[in-house]
Amino acid sequence: MHPIIKLVFQRLALGLLLLFGASALIFGLTEALPGDAAQAVLGQSATPEALANLREEMGLNRPALTRYFEWLGGIVQGDLGQSLTNRLDIAESVGSRLGNTLFLAFWAAIVSVPLAIFLGLLAVRYRNRWPDKLISAVTLTTISIPEFLIGYVLVYFIAVKLGMFSPLAMINDSMSFGQKLNAIALPVIVLTMVVLAHMMRMTRAAILNVMQSAYVETAELKGLSNFKVIYRHAFPNAIAPIVNVVMLNLAYLVVGVVVVEVVFVYPGMGQYLVDHVTKRDVPVVLACGVIFAAIYIGLNMIADIVAILANPRLRHPK
Amino acid sequence: MKEQLTHMTGQVTAGKMTRREFMGKAAALGVSAAMASTMFADAARAAGPKKGGDLKLGLQGGESTNSLDPATYASSVPYMNGRHFGDTLVEVAPDGTIEARLAESVEGSADAKVWTFKLRDGVEFHNGKTMTSEDVLKTMERHSNEDSKSGALGIMKGIESMKADGNNFQVTLTEPNADLPYLMADYHLIIQPDGGMDNPAAGIGTGPYKLEVDEPGVRHLFSKFENHWSDYGHFDSVENVVINDTTARTAALQSGQVQMANRIEPKVADLLSRAPTLTVQSTPGRGHYVFIMHCDTAPFDNNELRTALKYAINREEMVEKILRGYGSVGNDMPINAAYPLFDETIPQREFSIEKAAEHYKKSGHDGSPIILRTADGAFPGAVDAAALFQQTAAQAGIPLEIEREPNDGYWSEVWNVQPFCASYWGGRPVQDQMYATAYLSTADWNDTRFKVKEFDDMLFAARAELDSDKRKGIYSQMGMMLRDNGGLICPMFNDFVDAVSNQLDGWDTDPNGELMNGQVSRKMWFV
Repeated sequence: MHPIIKLVFQRLALGLLLLFGASALIFGLTEALPGDAAQAVLGQSATPEALANLREEMGLNRPALTRYFEWLGGIVQGDLGQSLTNRLDIAESVGSRLGNTLFLAFWAAIVSVPLAIFLGLLAVRYRNRWPDKLISAVTLTTISIPEFLIGYVLVYFIAVKLGMFSPLAMINDSMSFGQKLNAIALPVIVLTMVVLAHMMRMTRAAILNVMQSAYVETAELKGLSNFKVIYRHAFPNAIAPIVNVVMLNLAYLVVGVVVVEVVFVYPGMGQYLVDHVTKRDVPVVLACGVIFAAIYIGLNMIADIVAILANPRLRHPK
Repeated sequence: MKEQLTHMTGQVTAGKMTRREFMGKAAALGVSAAMASTMFADAARAAGPKKGGDLKLGLQGGESTNSLDPATYASSVPYMNGRHFGDTLVEVAPDGTIEARLAESVEGSADAKVWTFKLRDGVEFHNGKTMTSEDVLKTMERHSNEDSKSGALGIMKGIESMKADGNNFQVTLTEPNADLPYLMADYHLIIQPDGGMDNPAAGIGTGPYKLEVDEPGVRHLFSKFENHWSDYGHFDSVENVVINDTTARTAALQSGQVQMANRIEPKVADLLSRAPTLTVQSTPGRGHYVFIMHCDTAPFDNNELRTALKYAINREEMVEKILRGYGSVGNDMPINAAYPLFDETIPQREFSIEKAAEHYKKSGHDGSPIILRTADGAFPGAVDAAALFQQTAAQAGIPLEIEREPNDGYWSEVWNVQPFCASYWGGRPVQDQMYATAYLSTADWNDTRFKVKEFDDMLFAARAELDSDKRKGIYSQMGMMLRDNGGLICPMFNDFVDAVSNQLDGWDTDPNGELMNGQVSRKMWFV
């Protein structure tokens, strides 16, 4: 078997094991939180009888281990189960929420990744001159301001004052594609501002690192243009660290945007997960947790594999 | 000129003239813009409700865990969902009387133990079935039987038996209760086909709007139900949009994405009211913010210490700083002028450092810090209110120590568990229900552990008393007893602060709940 394929299988198996561990950890931690779903649902209006009845109905009286393995048994067959709190099918609700999250992450990535890499290359080309300094200053400023603040500022000036784009990013199935894009314009801008600096700086640093090497000097000496040196000779050798940081940021765009979701009232996974943690709705928390973990593990795996493919020494191990 | 104006307002009332035309012509006649605007509004109101339009409400208080099952309603969005699609037997009117809904009339026996609800004929559910007394009986059973997990379980306790008889629904109580119709107006008690026994979360009721889209935590869309029994419900569709973030809610309102929003923060209410396109509606209600002490736990088992703490809180300052004036001062009892049979002559407790210090001394407290638990979620501004309380108490030499708790789990781990904490009450339609919910010895939610037999006896006596003057006297005594001996420190009653677009008309101040007691989708319309 080709060593690369073998490696992919190894990573996949390891990923599954990790997922299993993550689910056990999430289950244990949710169980350790004070209170349970019955108490959280009834809130201030809980009476002992109502609590007992609700616990019975939710099946919370059974031992924790039994519940965990039941859930595990279900998920192996592709059944995510029912939410404890509103009895809705989890696969269905998570499906639409995940779709929304990926939609937003996709468009944010489409805008931010090429932009970050381009700005990184530009910064290297004009290293230590004003374009480099300007790019660094602006992107570092936007990453330093909390994302909710950027969100509110954009909502106020762009949506409320100028009347462009909608202040809420509420999308639903009855909207056309154009309406959806209009609705998510502001969150995409915010997310772009948040992730831009990290990827841009990494691109700049990685390429600068390569620029010190002898073959770049050779390329320069044989008379190639500055941009061509960067693009043909430095960039391919800097791909591994760049892909790594891009993947990390993509993962962030999927799993870490709950604050942006709240500010723009975006119906994504983050808010959905937070609501269910507050209500101690263990099956939903597990489902979301496992999906998030899978995305993280998957993206990291892709980063590793790309890094190996990009490096002939790793591609052909002795 | 007068004749012309009369003709014009007539045109408006008949729906033949728009606001723009009216304002233009009125200006030509030399009428000031403000005057013309008022005249137009009056004329438009005289025209009565206009049909049509799509209403969108931006609401705080919705989670993706919400269900449409009325038994589970505990926050604003589910509550509003129920108001759109469902009806209760009776409703509490803005003036505190009982308004007929699915029951045409209510009659109590002379001893106030047997209550008969005569049901309306020909009421249709959204699934096409006609409502019968069996449906009503099943609904009430589902909320009160042994398996019930209903939020209304507490108020259904005094029921001995219920029966459905032709077009009548009859309730027999174990003890007399002159306020039973008010209990039946509880928003959980939405009449469902077969009582919702088979599918409680189907969202099928008899209300003016039927369910179209149910996405918990995101939006709930309802469309007009053509066969609805009443004249209420003027919109083509009504949508509850969940916007928990306050800033986002305000932005959505300002940009016109929603026409109505609940829970406007007092901080921004003044700023918002300057916007020309909307009106901030502040409604004095029965809800109140409280600090509660367990009367049976040291050191709060000492009435001198409790009294010292009651004197040590500056109520005026709290209303001014925490509520920014959108509320009124409390008097250490859960009752205010918004309740029927309230005794206005009960003296107001004033802030007094001297009296606080004096009572504190008498209590003989050892000077160890008194721990007050609070959280952002206890009530809006609870952490700041606790800090203000701490400062004024320190002036009287009372050492308060604030312990800040997480919002998550506050209602299960702190409230009704710890001896001294911040909390809130939403209020109830009548005094009896408020006292029975939280101050009766046997009440589950007796969060001050106030257990006084004399008080309980008075409550039962008032219940059976049909002479309202005598009832008022008893309630006055009970209020005084709680004010002077109870574990409740009630610094303020909060207003409901909602904001409504000027495109809508028909607002009517209703102290029973936010957004006109949830009746906005029924009673308002687009001008």
